[in-house]
Amino acid sequence: MDNFLQQFCQQLINGISLGSIYALIALGYTMIYGIIKLINFAHGDIYMIGAYFGFFATTQLGVGFIPAIIIAMAGAAIVGIIIERIAYRPMRNAPRIAILITAIGVSFFLEYGMILLVSPQPRTFPAVFSPTVYHMGPLVANSQQLVILISALILMVTLSYIVNSTKAGKAMRAVSFDADAARLMGINIDKVISMTFALGSALAAAGGVLVGVYYNSIDPLMGMMPGLKAFVAAVLGGIGIIPGAMMGGIILGVVEAMVSGFLSSTFRDAAAFGILILILLYKPAGLLGKNVREKV
Amino acid sequence: MKKWKKFATAALAAMVCASVMAGCGGKKEEAKSNEIKIGASFELTGNVANYGKAILSGAKMAFDEANAKGGVLGKKIVVIESDNKSEPSESGNSITKLVTQDKVVAIVGPATSGCVAAGSPITEANKIPHIAPSGTAPGLTVDNNGKVKPFMFRACFIDPFQGQVMAHFASNTLKVKNVAILMDSSSDYSKGLAQVFQATLEKAGGKIVTKEAFLSKDLDFKASLTKIKATNPEAVYVPGYYEEVSKIIKQAREIGLNVPMMGCDGWESPKLAEIAGKDALNNCYYVSAFSAQDTDPSVQAFIKAYKEKYQKDPDIFAMQGYNAGLVVVDSIKRAGSTDGTAIAKAMAATKDLPVASGKLTYDANHNPIISALIISLDGGVPSLKEKISL
Repeated sequence: MDNFLQQFCQQLINGISLGSIYALIALGYTMIYGIIKLINFAHGDIYMIGAYFGFFATTQLGVGFIPAIIIAMAGAAIVGIIIERIAYRPMRNAPRIAILITAIGVSFFLEYGMILLVSPQPRTFPAVFSPTVYHMGPLVANSQQLVILISALILMVTLSYIVNSTKAGKAMRAVSFDADAARLMGINIDKVISMTFALGSALAAAGGVLVGVYYNSIDPLMGMMPGLKAFVAAVLGGIGIIPGAMMGGIILGVVEAMVSGFLSSTFRDAAAFGILILILLYKPAGLLGKNVREKV
Repeated sequence: MKKWKKFATAALAAMVCASVMAGCGGKKEEAKSNEIKIGASFELTGNVANYGKAILSGAKMAFDEANAKGGVLGKKIVVIESDNKSEPSESGNSITKLVTQDKVVAIVGPATSGCVAAGSPITEANKIPHIAPSGTAPGLTVDNNGKVKPFMFRACFIDPFQGQVMAHFASNTLKVKNVAILMDSSSDYSKGLAQVFQATLEKAGGKIVTKEAFLSKDLDFKASLTKIKATNPEAVYVPGYYEEVSKIIKQAREIGLNVPMMGCDGWESPKLAEIAGKDALNNCYYVSAFSAQDTDPSVQAFIKAYKEKYQKDPDIFAMQGYNAGLVVVDSIKRAGSTDGTAIAKAMAATKDLPVASGKLTYDANHNPIISALIISLDGGVPSLKEKISL
């Protein structure tokens, strides 16, 4: 294999594993946006909270990887429901900018609240399973990268199933389509929205635990940048569209890896946010989005 | 109202005059008293309180030792502590208080460069010698025009020095020529080190094969590391802090980049081994100023004395505080007076002063010429590899 191709393939592996993390966070962003048209800026911090739940589950309770993820998902789901109940529900009929600013406030509250609670020092995530390194010719990948990718795929498929094939999912789609009409049909909107937050937060928490395991360290501000990147990923794929978030995440990860690998690592973030600007300029509905006229 | 203002101005002027005269008078008084007051302005609370407390403990040990030997100029040294809460603005207040109210003859502290920089104009204006035990920013002891500040000193080596030391180590001990740099482009510390390292290495005949950058808080470095690996470097220089460096080393080893990794004192933390994992930390080297394994008798004597006094192991900060204290004591002795200008002059002339880490001499910019240590990591365990004096 010639050198360029080898580089390209290795960067593709790097990019896909990074992209699956963005995808996991982006899934939650996109769901919440789909239902209540809110860019939940606190979503990256839910991911951080999830990582801490996972951390305490493994260190204090001594559980393994799978139970830790489940505990983290459950814990973050509850946090998500509480946040929605306390911060967003009273604002439901307020102008959209007000609720957006509330989301930023919640984000700061979670970040600095956690600094107060657990100190700003990074924590070392215990090694819950030892990574196996796979060599495929000159290419290198490890089992953690695979676990992240597979978890992201499983969660996405599960999510698609819930949204498309269950009664609760039907209710969610109905609320997303027209909240007032859904209410008239006897759907309990509050309950549906709570469930959306629970699901979205649980996904972010799974991402948090996976990142903790993969990179070995977590800290209270770890959600800031991934939160923004996941937002870009969600917009890239078409915000509100579940497969779009997955696709957007992977594309973003690969673009970042390619830019770092073949141009310069200093341009990496510029490329990520450059994509956001290009998408907003030329295809504001996202790659998978259809141009529908907004209901007024 | 206007009249009142005028009166207030006059009163203020009178007070200033009085205080200036009091200052003059104070000196005479001080000559009579049996004490020499040294101000210690440190981060005793706030986010870097650990540094401040450790330095203060070392500095106090130096002063206590001097007192036990009969004091300085026949007088007892009294340390006046002041907390700057780890904030530059508070640091200015704290140093102003020590200089104007407590009338100290010299200031030791604070720990961080930012807090030192906030206090430096005050000590310069009042002609009070000021020594920063651990402020490494190169600009601390010189003014904006590059002229040395007559009253500002430090007790640690500066950032560029570390870059030089590592470049020497790379070309003389590791004998590598083609080196890659991975630096933190959001930190002046890291960029400065990379620049000096590159210049020194190239002068020694080496070559920088690629220069990559990351941002602090980044998690994933695999793309940059893959690119670095493709350039086949013999070693990688990673000036940065342990938070990112630990992940860089871990990921470098994961993608099979097994060449030596070289770094700086920002690596020094138990977290480095925790995050990177013991298996990844092989063939890694960083610069430090202190190692308990240093067999130099002066270092061992310091460690023993510190343990006896405080019942715990000293760290690098305690040592720097101790060195700063020794410099102050020695300068007052040689100046033969407690006059700030005389002490500063004596301090600038410090030559081969025996301190805990060897001998200390000041260069023209009031930066100490002391030896640096190369610490190697094998299986995550640090050990002293080499002592380098330039």
